Amino acid sequence: MSERERRPDDHAAPFEAAASEAGTSQAGTSGPDGRPDRPVELPRLGVRGSLRWVWRQLTSMRVALLLLMLLAVVAVPGSVLPQRPVDPAAVAEYVRDNPTLGTWLDRLGFFDVYASVWFSAVYLLLFVSLIGCILPRTWAHLRSAGARPPRTPRRFDRFAVRDEAVVDAPAEDVVRAARTSLRGPLSVLPRFRVDTGEEPQGVRTVAAERGYLRETGNLLFHLALVGLLVSVAWGQLQHYRGQAIVVEGRGFANAVTDYDTFEAGTAFDPRSLVPFTMTLDRFTSEFTPDARAVDFTAEVTVREPGDDVRETTIRVNHPLRVGGAKVFLQGNGYAPEVVVEDAAGEVAFAGAVPFLPEDAVYTSRGVVKVPDVSAGDQIGLVGYLLPSAEITEAGARSVHPQPLDPVLVLTVWSGDLGLDDGIPQNVYQLDESGMDQVLDADGEPVTLVVRPGQTVDLPEGLGTLTWDGLPRFVALDLRHDPSLPWVLASSVAALLGLAVSLFTPRRRVWLRVVPSDDGRTVVRAAALARSDDLGLAAELERTMTAVRALGEVPDARATGGHAQTADDVPESAPLGKA
Amino acid sequence: MDLGELSHLLAWGATSAYAVALVAFAADLATLADHAAQRRRPAQERVGTFAGVSAGPGVVRPTTDRAAAGGADDARPLPRRAAAIAVSVTTVGLLLHTVSAVLRGLAAGRVPWANMYEFTLVGTLVAVATFLALVRRRDVRFLGTIVLGLTVVALGVALVGFYTPARGVEPALQSPWLVIHVSIATIATGLFTVAFAASTLQLLKDSREQGSSRLAGPRWRALEMLPSVRELEALSFRINAVAFVLWTFTIMAGAIWADHTWGRYWGWDPKEVWSFVVWVVFAAYLHARTTRGWGGRRAAWFVLVGYATVIFNFTVVNLLFQGLHAYSGVS
Repeated sequence: MSERERRPDDHAAPFEAAASEAGTSQAGTSGPDGRPDRPVELPRLGVRGSLRWVWRQLTSMRVALLLLMLLAVVAVPGSVLPQRPVDPAAVAEYVRDNPTLGTWLDRLGFFDVYASVWFSAVYLLLFVSLIGCILPRTWAHLRSAGARPPRTPRRFDRFAVRDEAVVDAPAEDVVRAARTSLRGPLSVLPRFRVDTGEEPQGVRTVAAERGYLRETGNLLFHLALVGLLVSVAWGQLQHYRGQAIVVEGRGFANAVTDYDTFEAGTAFDPRSLVPFTMTLDRFTSEFTPDARAVDFTAEVTVREPGDDVRETTIRVNHPLRVGGAKVFLQGNGYAPEVVVEDAAGEVAFAGAVPFLPEDAVYTSRGVVKVPDVSAGDQIGLVGYLLPSAEITEAGARSVHPQPLDPVLVLTVWSGDLGLDDGIPQNVYQLDESGMDQVLDADGEPVTLVVRPGQTVDLPEGLGTLTWDGLPRFVALDLRHDPSLPWVLASSVAALLGLAVSLFTPRRRVWLRVVPSDDGRTVVRAAALARSDDLGLAAELERTMTAVRALGEVPDARATGGHAQTADDVPESAPLGKA
Repeated sequence: MDLGELSHLLAWGATSAYAVALVAFAADLATLADHAAQRRRPAQERVGTFAGVSAGPGVVRPTTDRAAAGGADDARPLPRRAAAIAVSVTTVGLLLHTVSAVLRGLAAGRVPWANMYEFTLVGTLVAVATFLALVRRRDVRFLGTIVLGLTVVALGVALVGFYTPARGVEPALQSPWLVIHVSIATIATGLFTVAFAASTLQLLKDSREQGSSRLAGPRWRALEMLPSVRELEALSFRINAVAFVLWTFTIMAGAIWADHTWGRYWGWDPKEVWSFVVWVVFAAYLHARTTRGWGGRRAAWFVLVGYATVIFNFTVVNLLFQGLHAYSGVS
């Protein structure tokens, strides 16, 4: 955020306020920021007075500073403790491992820091403070839009940066040259605001000031932050987001029921979902020999209502825009296509079952649930898919994510899958409570090792399993957030305002143009900046170069002026009262 | 030897050069300290007095900064051979460093800032380049000890602890935003480093001037030769202002990239949390500077705390915290 200066309507103030940076004391009850920085004595004015006192405290710079520091501190726990919106399983594990502490942390909102009461309180108070400070300053700044540079000081010898020249040109020309140079090439947005004046005996003065945009940028930055907060909040109300797993060759329709998970803001209307459909035609992946991912591409066909069918791709970093939403490629894996025939030889299950990859070489875990057996117990097959299997005495493992030698390693369960109770179940987990694992004669679980195209017999005459193919699946993340353009616009405005407020120099330049009897003109100039300003000397030089171009008389010094010595210049403070 | 290995060797070469320069900069500070002891007229012989503040007799024509440095009224300029050597060696180091970074990029076939080793390599490159660029504009050679000290430590840690052979990046990193987001973050980090050096010296010098017993000894005499506390503060502020704007941009560019890749622009990932904390601390710094009673020393402490959060964000968050920004390349 930017510096805040004294009341902008007090036009001379900002430069004097700089003195406080130099460590000198400053009178008055208002700080350089325009906020009261001394606690006001508690007035005995009852409720209204107290409220006013609270308001003044809240909008004071000191409290804003404390709130900023507090904001930095309260943001930290969210990076240390697991957060429920990100990883609910990690939170559950933490609470299990630390029962007492975990319960208390949970009660105090530490597992959802950024939605907690205390975090919200800090940033909302900060924004209230910001608005309370910025709005009055915005009015003041608008009122002072036509402010003029301060009058030319009587003496220049107090200023550290000053210059003097004698030119062979009339005073009129000198003033015009200085004015043109100071205003710069852009007449719409002059670099300096320039006033010319006249003093007795034909003496002309030029007073110029730049840096009015500094406060403009400062206000723009802070107002843009408010805009950002409002945009984000509005987006929270309007957005929706859903995840869906789509297997190669299968389709997906944009309806709440077709998502595996779906969440939306309170102002979201499910009827507003654009009913587009999408088919995953093909998914390709590319890996280095040492199993590092190089590229993922999902080829899809999209049908939007009232629109032509189009074929397109979704890649990491290249989401698909469709129906007002963006579709992200969030994950991928294998979905082995299996057919299970039950003991009676009836097809009890046929389909592609997504196996979720658990590591970099796509060792994937999955469950085949076979509830629809014609007779006998229901069947559950649990195990791993190894895309490039390496089977040794020690066991089986995958060595590469590509399906070079895919193998399914499954154990078999029989009993009641628990699907008939009407309670939603995780499709990737087997509810073992009503199931028994099929064991061999030694009491070890029976393990099936299946390769594509093979048909194997299930133990205990349960039936057969055929592995027909190995399509890929993609995990898609669909999101719609109408606030995005506003969030972006606010951010860009904030950045712009910040840069303008920090990099706009505040400078004043004065010239006193004295015609002398011999037709020449003596030009004295001085420049003043707010705090240290490296470019100040160059600024004055630019103007004086334009003046000298009129025809400088070398080695001619103004006579009758008083001697200027270094003693006149306060070394520590190039800033004087104008 | 392939390009990656050559780059690795050159990085070691640059580190060695910086170590030599560090010694020379330290020797220069010792010279300054001796000089301060011999002639206790610190006000007129400070190095790096800024134009616009220095005032010779007579009419002051606008001068360049270099002319003002060294003290116009000091007939016999202080010979600073060690500092001259240090700057030369640093320049050589920067050359090796630059070639190393470029070769690394060529070897990997992408921009050379996709893992911790590379980020440190380029971040320190920016810090040293910023420092040398400042030295060209005015005499800030006194910052050399701190900037190069930090650089040597960072490069050493990166070469020993973070090194990983050059290779391509995973799909999530294949984006033009890798070039924009990370390069600006690197530059901002380099600038924060230089500003940190200035603020540290500001605090040390201020403490000495206020009669701190710990800093009263002759070992700290070189502080007398530095620009005034106020000038150090102004220098730190200027660099921090640029770095803060770049950091703001880094966060925004990161949010745009996150929206493209992860489908949300902000998700309180540990890296995002700490980037936010860095931003808030430096925002507090900018406000503190203009709040009465919080300027000067207190504001300088914000810079130190802010820099600590920058370093924490880069090291601890990358290496220990679980998050989406898991690109350290360190296993």
